[in-house]
Order: sequence, then C-alpha cells, then structure tokens
Amino acid sequence: MDYLLLQILNGVQLGLLMFLLAAGLTLTFGIMDLVNLAHGSLYMMGAYFAWTLIGLTDSFVLGALLALPATFLLGVLVEAVVMRRLYGRDHLDQVLATFGLILFFNELVRAVWGPAGKSIAVPKFLARTIEILPGVPYPAYRFAIIAVAALVALLLAWLVARTRLGMLIRAGASNRRMIAALGVNIELLFSLVFGLGAVFAGLAGLMAAPIGSVKIGMGDDILILAFVIIVIGGIGSIKGAFIAAMVVGQIDIVGRAFLPDFLKTFMSSAAASSAAPAISQVLVYVVMAGVLVWRPTGLFGQRT
Amino acid sequence: MKTRLFGPATIAALATLGMGSLPTMAQSTIKIGFVSTFSGPQAAIGEDMRRSVELAKEHLGSKMGGKPFEIIYEDDTFKPDVGKQKSEKLVLQDKVNFVTGYIWSNVLLASLKTVTDEGDTILISANAGPSQIAGELCNKNFFSTSWQNDQTPMAMGEYLNAKGVKSLYLMAGNYAAGKDMLAGVKRTFKGEIKGEDLTKWPDQLDFSAELAKIGAAKPDGIFIFYPGAHGVQFVKQWTQAGLNKTVPLYQVFSIDAITLPQLGDLALGTLGAQEWVNDLPNDQNKRFVADFKKKHNTYPSYYGAQSYDAIMLMASAAEALKGDLSNKDKVRAELKKANFKSLRGDFKFNTNQFPIQNFYIQETVKDPAGMMTVKTIATAVKDAKDPYFEKCPMK
Repeated sequence: MDYLLLQILNGVQLGLLMFLLAAGLTLTFGIMDLVNLAHGSLYMMGAYFAWTLIGLTDSFVLGALLALPATFLLGVLVEAVVMRRLYGRDHLDQVLATFGLILFFNELVRAVWGPAGKSIAVPKFLARTIEILPGVPYPAYRFAIIAVAALVALLLAWLVARTRLGMLIRAGASNRRMIAALGVNIELLFSLVFGLGAVFAGLAGLMAAPIGSVKIGMGDDILILAFVIIVIGGIGSIKGAFIAAMVVGQIDIVGRAFLPDFLKTFMSSAAASSAAPAISQVLVYVVMAGVLVWRPTGLFGQRT
Repeated sequence: MKTRLFGPATIAALATLGMGSLPTMAQSTIKIGFVSTFSGPQAAIGEDMRRSVELAKEHLGSKMGGKPFEIIYEDDTFKPDVGKQKSEKLVLQDKVNFVTGYIWSNVLLASLKTVTDEGDTILISANAGPSQIAGELCNKNFFSTSWQNDQTPMAMGEYLNAKGVKSLYLMAGNYAAGKDMLAGVKRTFKGEIKGEDLTKWPDQLDFSAELAKIGAAKPDGIFIFYPGAHGVQFVKQWTQAGLNKTVPLYQVFSIDAITLPQLGDLALGTLGAQEWVNDLPNDQNKRFVADFKKKHNTYPSYYGAQSYDAIMLMASAAEALKGDLSNKDKVRAELKKANFKSLRGDFKFNTNQFPIQNFYIQETVKDPAGMMTVKTIATAVKDAKDPYFEKCPMK
C-alpha cells in the first residue's frame, strides 16, 4: 500500500512536470498553428539560465525566480526573430526551421557553457525526505515540484478561464482568423503566448535540473512525450493537456513499477526484465493511438 | 579572344588529379580514425578521450615508427546508425590505417563489419566490449584495449562475495552493454538478487519508480551500470530518496572522472570496479595522469586511459615495422604482442584479442587539493579472462 502510494506520487510529479512543458506547446500549436520543435530548447535554456543565476546570487530560489523572466525574454526574442516569419507557412517549413533552432541552441550552449553537463544542487531546506506515512519517506524536493507545478497549473487555469488575455487565447484556439478580423492585436497576443510558453518550459527545465543534470539536448528527449500529451489532450486545450499529462505520468510509472513483476507471473525472469522496458516504452503510444481512434482530435480538441 | 580548352593551368590540374589516383608507393602519413561522442549529453566522455589521444600524440612526438600520424575525429552523436556511417567514411573515403574509439557497445556492434570485413581495416576498441565480439563474432581485425563488458561487473561480484554482501538489486540501461553488465555480476555474485530493472536507454533519466521498488525490496546493496550523464542522474536521485543512508551503492562505469565533477560529495565513499585507476603506480601512468591534470585541471578517466593505450598499441606495431603498415598480417602479428607500456601495467592478449588483465576496486574520495577522485583500495581479480573467449574460433 505504502509502495503504491509512493508510485502514484511519482506519477503525479512526472505528470505535472510534463504538463508545464506541454502547456506551452499546446498553446503555440493551438493558437498560433505553429509546430515548435524547439520548445525543448527553451526547457534547456531555462535550466542553464537558472544554473548561471543561482551561481551569481548564491540562492536557489532567487536564481530560479530570475531565470523565469530571462526565459520569457528569450521566448519573446525567438518569436520576434524567427517564429514571426513562420506563421501561415507550411508545417513542414516550421518543422525544418524549429529543428534548425534546436541545433542552434545546442551549439550555443556548447559555446557558452561548454560540453560538460552542469549540476544544480537541491536547495538546503529541501535536501531531505518527508515521511508521507510513518516509515515511508519521500524526497522533499519532489514534493516541492508537485506543489509548484500544481500552483502554476491553477494559475494558468485562472488565466485562461477568467482573464481578458485568457479569453483571447481561447478565442484564438477556436478561430484564429476571426479574432484577427475583430481587430485584436494578434502580434502582441502571439508574442505574449509564446513568451508564456517559454516561461513554463523554462520552469519545468529548472525544476527538473536538480533531479538530473543541466546538459545539452536535455529537452529533446522529453519533447516527444510532450507532443504525445498534447495530441492525447487535444491540440490547444490546456485542460486536455493537464489530464493527458497526468495519465501519461501514471502510465509511465505503472509500466516501470508494476509491469516487470506482472510479466514475471507468466514468463521467465530474464525475458520479463528485458521485455518490460520495451513494452512500457510503447504503452504511451498505444494509449495515444487508442484515444485517436475514439476521438480523432484528442480528448478535448476542437471538432472540425 | 579564343578560349583555350587546354591551358597550362588545366593541364596542371589534370596532372595533379592523376597523381592522386596513382597507387601510393609508400604512405607518407599514418592515418587513424577516432569514432566517439562529441556532441549531446554524453559529449564529456568524447572530450576526455580526445584529450588523452592528443596527449598520446604529444608523448609520441607526433610520430609512429618514424612517420607522422594524423587523427581524424568523427562524432557518432550517441547513435548506432550515425556511428556506422562515420566508420564507413573513415574506411572508404579517408582510407585510415586504424579505426579506434567507440564508447558504446551498440555503436560498435553496428560499425564492426563495415570496418573489419568490408573495409579489411583494423579496429581497436578503446571502450566498448560487447559479448558477441568476444565470442562468436570475434575477428582477426578486432583488438580491444579495454575489457569485455561482463568482466568489470564480474570483478565487482567477487569483491561483494568477499565483503559478505548478501543481496543485491540490479539496474542498468536496456541495451547491449547493460545486459552484459548484469549478466556479468550475476555470473560471480553468490547472494540473492532481490530485483532487476533494465531501464529505457538512453531516454529514461528519472528513476523514481525504480528507487521506490528498491526501498520496498530492502536489498543489502544496489548495483548499477549508468555511464556518463545517466550516472549523475541516478546517484543524485538515490541520495534524494534517502536511500544513501540505508542501501549502499556499488557501481561500474557510473562514478568516474566524467561524473564526479557534477556529483561532488554525493558520491563520497561509493565503491566501484575498474581495470585502470588513476593511482596505479607505474611510471607511464604517473606521467599520463600528471600531464593530463596539468593541462586540463581535472583527472583523466578510464575512457581516456584506454584511448591513450590504443594509440600506444598502434605506435608499438608501427615502431616494430619501421612505419610500413602495408602488410596487414604483419601489423596484426605485431599488435597481438601487446608490446607497449600500458597505463594499467603490462597485459597479454587472449585468443579473442581482448586483454588478460587485473581488475581493481576503487573508492570515491577527495584528494588533498579537495578535488573528487577515485583511489584503488583492493585488487579484485588477477589476470582475468573474459567468459566468452572459448566461443571464439580464433586460436
């Protein structure tokens, strides 16, 4: 039972982190009709900014807080310099251009920060474990990730559902041309949305950094999963991205935690331990395919 | 003005083209291809190898057997298909005398035939040692200056038996080397295996689910194989989960000069096995480590030491043949003697052309200057042969 609870928490933590990444991706894809493969680069840049700023300020919290506006500015800059030229163009052009951006950012990081990975230490006050139940410890830092990401998710829900900006975002997701025709300053809106997406990606990157390391290409691996999430959730839907991220988080954990033992009940131990990672790797995609058969535009996608 | 079709410049150009395609009488430069990972998350390993190779070049005075030599570095980008393409390019286009490097077993397996069979070129692995090449796929053109994958964990297993560790939980990446490593430790470790996880390679970097399983299984120790960036992630998460207080970590290829600068104190006191350690007390090793540290202000790793050895092994053959590498039978015969000063001390080649060598147990410590490093604390096994050589048809 304790063990099950731990694994569920692990799934929630992973899901929330993925949600932060997927939120920006679904916004840019849904509202701006832009396929941004370089979203993972913003995740990486957030972590590198945080590494530098934490080093300068000697405080994790301060450094992390300063890294967020830095990533926002970077997002706005990338939007103005590159993305603006890609709206209304073919998705293939966008894929090529943003793939180029990935290479650019990876090389930029190599030139500025060097090829070796960097490491961010867990802040002192979180470098311990919390007993969620007597005798069941859980890393405090992972709790902090859950708390911060949940808070940000709530903030985003409020922003989308209750503010003027949110109204424009929702309108943009369902009919882009119409809001442009209604005289909304679409350039500013796109700039803001892209910057916002960058902040979420940067936040996810810097929060993931102490668990792993800050390294070149750190966002590229995780980006595929983020795309799966926005496809399951329905492109443009924040709610969809949230639910899909939680589902994907749990599937990933179930695949890793319980599948090997389950397989061992009817196959040899060696075969099970080699088959389980392979199966859990495709499990997410099987779920995605299933959802798409049932609802071709995803769980909360706009019907066309 | 009339355009002259065959001006003097054109004729000169044609002549030089023609010269290029003439069979070269005696090659003036020895060419070495070096395939490793120089970009992406694992680039730090490739960089360490490159630094060591450049140091070997410096120690040799840029000459082998009286001839200058050139090293062509190629980036496999951590992908088997790219590694194969780059190997192909080195053999067919650059026409190198030797191909070396190869961190990853899956990259090496993908590239092997291209180099050794189709290209009839000598390949010296400076790291990867997949079981297949030690056994049925062994090849007269393949040599190793590292080890066969199973061996290092086998040495660890022996040491854990002697230490009285009763049970282990095993973890590694799900690819050729990861499977060999776990097979290796299971070959020698006599205690109970409480659980075993092969994780998605290389994309899984979050080990929370597995660590929770380990916490529930309560083994006497964890054994891992997570090279480079993955090792950093695992060790950090192991300490964050509080398991460092209850379950000791035993590792191969995961805590080393590549990962220690990032791990710092977290790794203090952990034990690992290796065939080479920076404090092995032979003269060539002292010189290598001192010169490396002076240049780069960091310790070299076994990846670098094995790469240095690969270059020195080639140099020994070139020296014996006075720089004439045209007869491949002679080159292979010279290589097989292993007549060079290896950084790990002298070793012999087995019939499958993998080294017969010692393995040591190393502990993570701080050096007097406060830099993280590893030091030898015991010899785990002496003159070890890999468990596959009898399957190799070469005698």
